[in-house]
Amino acid sequence: MKSHYQLVVIGAGPAGLAAAAEAARLGIDVALVDEQKAPGGQIYRNVSAAGDRVKNYLGKDYLRGKRLVDEFLQSGATYISNAPVWYLDERLESGILLDGASHFISADRLLLATGAQERPMPLPGWQLPGVMTAGAGQILLKSAAMIPTGRLVLAGAGPLLLLIAWQYLQTGVKIDAIIDTAPGSGLFETLPRLARALPALDYLLKGLSFMLAIKKAGIPVYKAIDNLRVEGRESIESVHFSTARGKSSTEIGIEADTLLLHQGVIPNIRLPLAAGCKVEWDTQQQSWRVAKDIWGQSSVDQVLVAGDCAGIVGARAGELQGRLCALESAHQLQKIDLEQRDRAARGIKSSLRRHLSIRPFLDVLYAPSQAYQLPQDDTLVCRCEEVNAGQIREAVRMGCVGPNQVKAFTRCGMGPCQGSQCASTVAALVADETGASMEQVGYFRVRPPFKPITLGELADT
Amino acid sequence: MFRLVENSATDTVTLRIEDREYAVPAGISVAAAVLLCGVDKVRTTPVTDSPRLPYCMMGICFDCLMRIDGVPNQQACQVEVAQNMTIEYQQGAAELLQQE
Repeated sequence: MKSHYQLVVIGAGPAGLAAAAEAARLGIDVALVDEQKAPGGQIYRNVSAAGDRVKNYLGKDYLRGKRLVDEFLQSGATYISNAPVWYLDERLESGILLDGASHFISADRLLLATGAQERPMPLPGWQLPGVMTAGAGQILLKSAAMIPTGRLVLAGAGPLLLLIAWQYLQTGVKIDAIIDTAPGSGLFETLPRLARALPALDYLLKGLSFMLAIKKAGIPVYKAIDNLRVEGRESIESVHFSTARGKSSTEIGIEADTLLLHQGVIPNIRLPLAAGCKVEWDTQQQSWRVAKDIWGQSSVDQVLVAGDCAGIVGARAGELQGRLCALESAHQLQKIDLEQRDRAARGIKSSLRRHLSIRPFLDVLYAPSQAYQLPQDDTLVCRCEEVNAGQIREAVRMGCVGPNQVKAFTRCGMGPCQGSQCASTVAALVADETGASMEQVGYFRVRPPFKPITLGELADT
Repeated sequence: MFRLVENSATDTVTLRIEDREYAVPAGISVAAAVLLCGVDKVRTTPVTDSPRLPYCMMGICFDCLMRIDGVPNQQACQVEVAQNMTIEYQQGAAELLQQE
């Protein structure tokens, strides 16, 4: 590992892998830094090691990642794995932790492909042991071939919830109930009706096949629900909600050992923020994203961004954005001229358009429910410092007009996750109380260290 | 809690969680091992002393902080299991008070 590269890519998901491979092919001296032990990001996690044990039930789309991983590994790009980024500043110096020591790497161009995280779904009892994200369930399946035992409930909305349900069915896991929190008429009605109108038909057919499998398995699906909450003392005991039929409403309780929550994914913007990139509020996706142009150029001269961190686009589109970023970097670093860049980009751009055509539909179908954006007063918002929605509302009424003030007064967002689980909820609560827009309210300031670092590791720099 | 998909032969490592010894598949994360062994918590919280188990499994939420081989504040989902590893609960703020 050197202390300087022409291009440093952070994140080994589809966007980062494609960008690094393409950049190496274009003659750029490139290093890819990632915190996992193997390439693939979250979506293709562990894909190169996935043997026969998992092949059958993870599906074709997952195994497709192996081609991309192989392309990257054979590209000649330097790969720095097991290396969390704990520091990044506006001079584009990244501090990485590797083998018990901190190292600083500088770059002529920095490409951030930090991907997405699941959208927090604060509801009463979501901090109890036994409640996890659907993504966590999927990571356990991909990386450890582990499946839940006991009574299992899935709740939320979004493609990943359907996918994990389908994958669990392949492995023989019994799902006791699916609670659909999608607003409006619900995904089980909307998707079939709109199917014919869309160009990205393969995405739709996949969604339909998952729903058919769920129906066929006879899993109870509850729709148009309200007041979702988890009860239990030392761990989850039951999941409760009410369903409205006409004017009457029924309370339903389901005993459960595991509850997996999901309501879509949101961009992971902390490293881009640390690099000084401008972020913008995406009204359709209800999340912050890094601002960029078609080539992935961010508001900071030497910083490019690709994939979900700049707005949720999915794995295939993220890969294509990574390739466009590599072309743009090669042009900026004078490896290719403008005409070469544009010629090479033509096919990529047309593929990208096709893969993006599904998004507006998905964004509407799986819009996050208001109930979990603005939780009731006694719901925990900050899992680290254990601050509830009522305390945040009170702080705003006392005069805190932004997330950073709320943080100073309540400790909300001051814990080790640095707001990854509460930032969007705090901003929504402040906006709701003050009548300001999300853009006006803004985001928590992020500060290194982004990962726990010991004094010993720091001293070894 | 959780079990392996199928008990096909895989390499295992032996490790210690609190006072008990367990054999778990090599290559999995400490957080996965904790869930597989059916342990009821990874830590208690600093403010209300409440139990927590891993939540996101991807290094984002920091709910799975544990003391691993004597070093506290380790993200259990980001650390791979190793032979003879010692894993302990991280006990909120109480731990600091006890140390005094």
